[in-house]
Amino acid sequence: MTDYKPFKIAIASGKGGTGKTLVATNLFHSLVSREIQASLVDCDAEAPNARLFFEGKLEKSFEVTQQVPVIDESLCTYCGKCQDYCHYNAIFILPPAKFIKVIEDLCHGCGACTVACKFGAITEKAIPLGEVRRYSLSGKNALIESRMKTGVYSPVSVIKAGIKEAGNGQMVIMDAPPGTSCPFIQTVDRADFVVLVTEPTPFGLSDLRQSVETLKGMKKPCGVIVNRAGLGNHSLYEYLEKEHIPLLMEIPFDRDIARTYAHGGKLKDLDPSWEDRFLALFEIIILENGNSHHKR
Amino acid sequence: MEIAIISGKGGTGKSSISAAFATLSEEVVLADCDVDAANLFILFNPVHEEEESFVGGEKAIIDRELCTNCGLCIPYCAFDAISLSSEGVIISDTACDGCHLCKRICPHQAIRMIDNDKSRLYSGSFRNGLMVYGRLAPGEENSGKLVNLVREKARKQSKAFGMETIIIDGPPGIGCPVISSITGVDQVVIVTEPSLSGLHDLKRAADVSGSFGIQTRVIINKADLDEAMSDKIETWCKERGLDIVARIPFNPEVVEAMVNCKSISEWAPDSETSQILRKTWKEILNGKS
Repeated sequence: MTDYKPFKIAIASGKGGTGKTLVATNLFHSLVSREIQASLVDCDAEAPNARLFFEGKLEKSFEVTQQVPVIDESLCTYCGKCQDYCHYNAIFILPPAKFIKVIEDLCHGCGACTVACKFGAITEKAIPLGEVRRYSLSGKNALIESRMKTGVYSPVSVIKAGIKEAGNGQMVIMDAPPGTSCPFIQTVDRADFVVLVTEPTPFGLSDLRQSVETLKGMKKPCGVIVNRAGLGNHSLYEYLEKEHIPLLMEIPFDRDIARTYAHGGKLKDLDPSWEDRFLALFEIIILENGNSHHKR
Repeated sequence: MEIAIISGKGGTGKSSISAAFATLSEEVVLADCDVDAANLFILFNPVHEEEESFVGGEKAIIDRELCTNCGLCIPYCAFDAISLSSEGVIISDTACDGCHLCKRICPHQAIRMIDNDKSRLYSGSFRNGLMVYGRLAPGEENSGKLVNLVREKARKQSKAFGMETIIIDGPPGIGCPVISSITGVDQVVIVTEPSLSGLHDLKRAADVSGSFGIQTRVIINKADLDEAMSDKIETWCKERGLDIVARIPFNPEVVEAMVNCKSISEWAPDSETSQILRKTWKEILNGKS
């Protein structure tokens, strides 16, 4: 059998809804069916959907929290130093009125106010940001879901906790959040290779360009999967050629594919050859990135 | 009147529908608040009249000359951004949150802060009115703040030019930039699609808009790709007390229109899709449910 060194692949896209989860779930499925130990981490913590595609048993779940300050008013002198240290405007203070309040929604949990206070008036408590859930599938394969609570300002902590839960011991497929801001960066930063999923439309190309430039800046290798091939126009392909970006796979626009996906199905339900195609995709990525060894 | 178009799940057709609504109006202010992946400017090629830079936050950097590699700052960083490498103490600019704490506690004054100022706010005009949009530089945070600036500018323009309707094309997800896109608007329109993911994310988006008590309507886009799933979504909406304003069939002309830098209502005004959108837009403007 073929054995692989642990490797992390992020499936990402600038534009939402291009088929990231479609690729991530089908790739993961192919690995699992060939008994390659792998975890799928759903890093799209604002809209986690990968779970809808697998039957798994909830093995464990834990809360992801952030520290926020608690002020003991009997010790507070209203000196204002904590407010001065806070760069997120999360501490509101009116010294003449002896009034001080923490605005938890604005706090990023940096701990600066606790350091600032010389009177021991600030302690910290944990508030929930979201949850990481681990579902066990067959063998040691697991689906790990990062799920942000509604109303939380940033999914980054929950995403990091999910990736950490997957560990470094096996293959990890990460379904990344859309865009190129912090949540995307925090996900792809931990990947060895990034697969960008796009569609051959002007919106798709514009967002792909931004993703490619961001990854170049981070020196992350990447390749592209074109989904809904057949719609739109040719500019995307011209761009890939000009930038020497490998075209890893094309998934045609097809109502049956859309319908299968809509119901939580997999591409191999439509055509069993998809399983091999995703496995081939995986092997190409692993081989080209010099990270495999074969043993008998 | 401010109308925000959001979706929860990406790629449901939010921007295409926003574009159609914008071109069905005589005079409108269009605010593209998907600052992470702004796209409407591609269709509308607006004439830029103003460009402003936006400081999205700060990052800590180390002065190698002054740093003694004492490592005191490392445990203070709540974002795990500081580590000891072979080159000495380093700060990861992707992990740094800009809180200033390391700078404050460094006994050698070896850390200073620099602005993240690569994000931009643009304002100008397009064929159906005025357009304001933001573009967040890669890896930058505070997209909610940039959304607020886009909306503030859009309101200013709306007042100055007497264009009452503001269409906000919101970002996907349910996080801070989405909340910033919908706070204080008159109506929220959630665009979904008939899939398990579409329904799941619709629920989360509806929770967010519901928590602000904003009148919320739902459009099921590409509804005929799965009529049974569309029915399921419609049933859920009824139970939740949300209005379905339209079921729009999948139409490859929408993509054709985009390739030709037009909205569907400009490209194929007589198509079924355009007719449904025209009726829907009228209902939204009338505000009745």
